[in-house]
Amino acid sequence: MIEVSGLTKSYGSFKAVDNLSFVVKEGEITGFLGPNGAGKTTTLRMLSCYIEPDSGSVTVGGFNSKDSAKEIKKIIGYLPESAPLYGDMIVYDYLSFVARVRGLEGDESIRNAAEICRIRDVMHKNIMELSKGYRQRVGLAHAIIHDPQVLILDEPTSGLDPVEIVEIRNLIKELGKSKTVILSTHILHEVEAACDRIIIIDKGRIAADDTTANLQSAVRGKRNICLKIRGALFDEAYAILKAAEGVERVDPLDDSNFTSLMVTASGSDDVRPVIFEAAVKNGWVIYEMRQEFESLENIFRELTSGGNNGEI
Amino acid sequence: MGRFNGIITVAGKELRSYFSSPIAYIVITVFLIFTGFFFFKDFFYFNQAEMRGLFQLLPLMFCFVLPAVTMRLFAEERHSGSLEILLTLPLGMWEIVLGKFAAALIFTQIMLSPTLFYFVTVVLVGSPDPGPVAGGYIGALFLAAALISIGLLFSSVTRNQIVAFILTWGAAFSLWLIDKITIFLPSSLGFLSYLGTDFHFQNISRGVIDSRDIIYFISVSALAMMFTVKILERRR
Repeated sequence: MIEVSGLTKSYGSFKAVDNLSFVVKEGEITGFLGPNGAGKTTTLRMLSCYIEPDSGSVTVGGFNSKDSAKEIKKIIGYLPESAPLYGDMIVYDYLSFVARVRGLEGDESIRNAAEICRIRDVMHKNIMELSKGYRQRVGLAHAIIHDPQVLILDEPTSGLDPVEIVEIRNLIKELGKSKTVILSTHILHEVEAACDRIIIIDKGRIAADDTTANLQSAVRGKRNICLKIRGALFDEAYAILKAAEGVERVDPLDDSNFTSLMVTASGSDDVRPVIFEAAVKNGWVIYEMRQEFESLENIFRELTSGGNNGEI
Repeated sequence: MGRFNGIITVAGKELRSYFSSPIAYIVITVFLIFTGFFFFKDFFYFNQAEMRGLFQLLPLMFCFVLPAVTMRLFAEERHSGSLEILLTLPLGMWEIVLGKFAAALIFTQIMLSPTLFYFVTVVLVGSPDPGPVAGGYIGALFLAAALISIGLLFSSVTRNQIVAFILTWGAAFSLWLIDKITIFLPSSLGFLSYLGTDFHFQNISRGVIDSRDIIYFISVSALAMMFTVKILERRR
């Protein structure tokens, strides 16, 4: 559906996007993840034909952005970052403007979009007066009014409150059932919750590109268990746990009230029963045993925290 | 509709937003107060049934008023970021520029239309020559088109409406002034007066519609709009 190859864009001497290539298949929800300033917005702007790449090509639905930008604009719905809509317009007027530009007759499409995005109760308000969440939803309505094949959303949940974030995320998931969706975010949790596929981008380059499940299992391969006990000194507990089955490493943790350890499992098996049995056998009192569910956070940090990771 | 759908839709949206902001009413009020004052001041003084007072003043009035009409057209979109929305809708760059141009031109005609009451007044007290009156309004249309195009151009280079206003005013005022300062220049530079807006406008408002004057205004408009399109495309 979307093919990007060798995409490069510089602003002065700053390379915002550097030789980016990826393919998005039809019906996928793809998350663009990266720290601020990584080049997410620039990439999405090139996909939506707002800016032209210095080199490289963008193909959406078989149309090339160089010669048929207008065709691409027809089949995509694009919501720019922070939904810069016309503040002086009434929601209904704004949507009907967009509908007319897109050559849609009648009220049907406006009513549908308003229904899906649940903005019917603000249709006669000024866009300027809307809360951020409603504004974002009006922006979504603007993007889906013509039932596009491709939906491009730049930071659709930034600046929203937790309830609104869940609502928007569900809405995106719902829309993703019938459309190809690309969304960008710098919040990890976001992509984990909503996307089938993740492209992590840093300094204008792709740092990782895989399905959400694959990336997650790559991290989850290593489980860490934080353990706080009494009834044994560290060395003692260390020796016993280190010898236990399935334990790769035991490290001390900083806590003066308890004997605290960080147990790293070697495989993907749960080692908590093993620890429990060791505790029972040796008469330790467990005050805390917590399996740290490592999320993508670690991969993300590893891949984007500078350092020498250009080859990943 | 059809081919012009885009232009009409953009123009309609712009026109609507003109009248939803106070600037439109302020501009119209200021324009009518000034033209009314200067028109009737001389009207009773000279005791002539004609509208020359209005049309002599009009080019200078337009220099101040039209920049205020055009300053927001692109500058505001740049400032608020809505330009990104507009440029990612399936509209051609020319459709956007022509749509905004049409909206400003229609707005100017709406602003100008109450001055038809002056004409009614003149008819009531005498029998004016219709030629110069018709010429004056036709000239006003073309003059407005040229100045609006210049305003569009300067509105597209900045995100600050005040800057757009001042640049447009500077350009419009220079073009108004140019045929007046040629008397200070050597006669070989006399051709410069052909560049002046007032020079061409006064020709038309005498009731003589010469193709040279019309071509002048159309060329200025076309050139300015072409540069506007180029600038918007360059910024991508």
